[in-house]
Amino acid sequence: MKAKIATTWLDGCSGCHMSFLDIDERLLAIADRIELVYSPLVDNKVFPDYVDVTIVEGAVASVDDLAKIKKIRKHTKYLIALGDCAINANVPSMRNPIPVQEIINRAYVENAFIHDVMPKHPALPELLARVMPIHEVVPVDVFIPGCPPSNDTIFYAVAELLDGRIPDLTSKTRFGA
Amino acid sequence: MTANGQIKIFTLKIDGKDVSARSDQTVLQVCRENEYFIPTLCHLEGLSNIGACRLCMVEVAGQRKLLPACTTMVSEGMEVTTTNDKLAHYRKMTLELIFSERNHTCSVCVSNNHCELQYLSQKLGINHIRVPYRFPKFAVDASHPYFILDHNRCILCTRCVRVCDEIEGAHVWDVSGRGIQAKVITELNQPWGSADTCTQCGKCVNVCPVGALSEKGRSVAENTKRSGFLPYLTARRKEKI
Amino acid sequence: MTLEELQEIKAGEELARSQKKKSIHVCVAAGCMSQNAEAVLNTIEGQLKEKGLAKDIDVKGVGCMGLCAAGPLVSIEPENRMFQEINQANAFLVTDNLEKGKKTTNDLASDSPFFKRQYKIVTENCGVINPERIEEYIAFDGYLGLYTVLHDLDQNEVVQNLIKSGLRGRGGGGYPTGLKWSTVAKAVGAKKYVICNADEGDPGAFMDRSVLESDPHRILEGMAIAAYAIGADEGFIYVRAEYPLAISRLKVAIKQAERKGLLGNNIFGTTFNFTISIRLGAGAFVCGEETALIASIEGGRGTPRPRPPYPAESGLWGKPTLINNVETFANIAPIIRKGAEWYASIGTETSKGTKVFALAGQVVNTGLIEVPMGMSLREIIFDIGGGIPGGRKFKAVQTGGPSGGCIPEEFLDIKVDYESLTKLGSIMGSGGMIVMDENSNMVDVARYFMEFCMSESCGKCVPCRVGTAQIYDILTKFAERRATEADLTLLEELCDVVRNTSLCGLGQSSPNPVLSTLKYFKHEYMERIQAEVNQE
Repeated sequence: MKAKIATTWLDGCSGCHMSFLDIDERLLAIADRIELVYSPLVDNKVFPDYVDVTIVEGAVASVDDLAKIKKIRKHTKYLIALGDCAINANVPSMRNPIPVQEIINRAYVENAFIHDVMPKHPALPELLARVMPIHEVVPVDVFIPGCPPSNDTIFYAVAELLDGRIPDLTSKTRFGA
Repeated sequence: MTANGQIKIFTLKIDGKDVSARSDQTVLQVCRENEYFIPTLCHLEGLSNIGACRLCMVEVAGQRKLLPACTTMVSEGMEVTTTNDKLAHYRKMTLELIFSERNHTCSVCVSNNHCELQYLSQKLGINHIRVPYRFPKFAVDASHPYFILDHNRCILCTRCVRVCDEIEGAHVWDVSGRGIQAKVITELNQPWGSADTCTQCGKCVNVCPVGALSEKGRSVAENTKRSGFLPYLTARRKEKI
Repeated sequence: MTLEELQEIKAGEELARSQKKKSIHVCVAAGCMSQNAEAVLNTIEGQLKEKGLAKDIDVKGVGCMGLCAAGPLVSIEPENRMFQEINQANAFLVTDNLEKGKKTTNDLASDSPFFKRQYKIVTENCGVINPERIEEYIAFDGYLGLYTVLHDLDQNEVVQNLIKSGLRGRGGGGYPTGLKWSTVAKAVGAKKYVICNADEGDPGAFMDRSVLESDPHRILEGMAIAAYAIGADEGFIYVRAEYPLAISRLKVAIKQAERKGLLGNNIFGTTFNFTISIRLGAGAFVCGEETALIASIEGGRGTPRPRPPYPAESGLWGKPTLINNVETFANIAPIIRKGAEWYASIGTETSKGTKVFALAGQVVNTGLIEVPMGMSLREIIFDIGGGIPGGRKFKAVQTGGPSGGCIPEEFLDIKVDYESLTKLGSIMGSGGMIVMDENSNMVDVARYFMEFCMSESCGKCVPCRVGTAQIYDILTKFAERRATEADLTLLEELCDVVRNTSLCGLGQSSPNPVLSTLKYFKHEYMERIQAEVNQE
């Protein structure tokens, strides 16, 4: 039976997904063994009821992210935090020392050349006071640090998981790598 | 050392193996000599030891408490344990505490890939920080013509304070504030650029283990630190005296 | 100064006292002083003048009488009739009842357990002598111990006396004082120092302050004896600047002792020289740690350094240094005068003598008490302290200041000494004792003390600097009922790291309030986790 795999991004730059795609032709090797059930790369809009491995990029920064990650955790066997944003909130967290309203005001009003109004729309998710790494919200099973983690690291991690092992990445990657 | 200043030679055990040491050596020196790995951040060969980062804690037989290897002098028959599960756990936790204290964003740091903190995190097998990040608000002092001080990256090892005081003899640096509010300052908490006592020698920048002190106008890859000059400098000074 | 002169002063004082019918003592230590005791003193003097009694009745300000909760305190001697809460308006109650007159509304039973159950050595002169007159100290055999030491004992004999007495350091650790003295005495070096640690910083503790304010010469004498025993000629008293009254009385005392030749060169006609200077602390709790205190005296930033080397070997300016706290020094002269055997006969097997405690919190008689080692917590809190006010239930007692632990009711009958308190996860510390009733929440208590340790951490070592802040943050989560099971695990882990890897005693003992409340009141932590789960 093929392993059900999902990937998603929260507050990140999608760089980790790019690095994932950089696995290149080796993707073909794993393609036979997995079923990609949910991802920005596929068309499914609803997170499935059961997933073996979910790879999450990005930090928890908005109420949407918060709801999403809680839902993912509920329906996932192994949760992988991919990249520094997911693990230590990285660049998105650089706003944390500053109050949210001040940041938004700075971005959309003070520094705006035209149309300087505060963005407000029901579709826009509210920002959390503090950007958090995933493990501060839900338990995480595997951490793959790096900004982004190299394609080799990601490939190794996925391959290990598919073989039923929890990967040891100590020698392969680190914060900022 | 004995009262009359004579140096003796001791034999001691490190992780069960016999090694020899001079009586004026620290446990850390002897361990490093014999290629035992002990992590350190505040220690730097050539500067005084202060035992502040607590990463080099070791077990010494007969001692109730753990001891910092950098400030513990060797003694005859001493039995040192450099690593076990408990020590590894404490070292990891201590390093995690350092990460959680300020804003260590490795990916966008001037010291990315040549940072002692980053290196140690990998070496000790840290892939996430379990204690919550504190995200304090700290300013960057870029008032100096050649150098930048970024408190967000500082780990308060005080190498800069010591090198400026002990080697350069200028004592531009010091620490102000207590506890979690402590931070390094130049002169009487004035902008670095206005510090008349600063000789602009750059020793502080070169001993800084992280990205708190860096050189202006250099790329991340170029911002490597060179602290190897210290032991030579101190050794040559000693010879002159 | 000679022995004869010392005895002359004593005789003179006794003669002067015999010429007065009675004397009125008004407490002028900081507690009563803050309630305007000085005005009470003046009022009483004025009223006596009006009555024409000024010649027969002596009025003087004295040191702490102990029951600070009921101040300002006044007593009529020699019958020891005590009055409480005396102010300018009701001072006549004292002056109108000089003869064994009627009971008044402000009578204070001087035979109550609060006074009778105490055993005074350190505080024997507190509330008895005028702290600003050296003659009164001498009248109670002051400086006789120093004379005895200089003339009759060699250095080793003094040290041996201390060892035999079994006295242990009263500053916190309980290190045997005699052993410490002998170590410094044996240390090689022509120059040595004696330091008195008067940087009392525990919240709710005021033992040292009271002794300094009430009987400053006792400290000077203790330090001089120590200096002789270890071969020092210079001493420092490191006292916190928040104790202005203690500082001013110490200054007066040092000046008086110097004038009388009891400090300075050739003391008592011997070759022994000793001077004492005062250094003021700027309010950092960590400066009570000996190596931080030394750094502060040297003019540096008050941060501890790893030991060894201990100050006994390399202390102030790298010289062998003896550091004891105020209460320890206050015990020295009586031990010399009355003998080591006498002292060793008081207390328990491992902890000799008495201990001064500052009773505070939810207890009827807050104030300063001195009891023999080995008295049970129940006796201290319920007999001497008068129990919990308002009929509420006792919950816990916190001993040893911010780095001590909370002891629950089941251990109230434990005999108080260094070992028993340590076994319960607390410490003797300097002697703060804060009583808590059923309304106290132990998570809040732990959080309060952790906040203190966090803000008083010097910031030098990582576990204490960051660890205490992280522990405080987690306790805040508990206080706000946001905590999870994972937080509890992390809390325990952090306490373990901070305790075992911090540089100095402040850091190492800072988790004690958390650990002891976790041990005895874990359900209070659990309740707050449960609450969060229920919300979801």
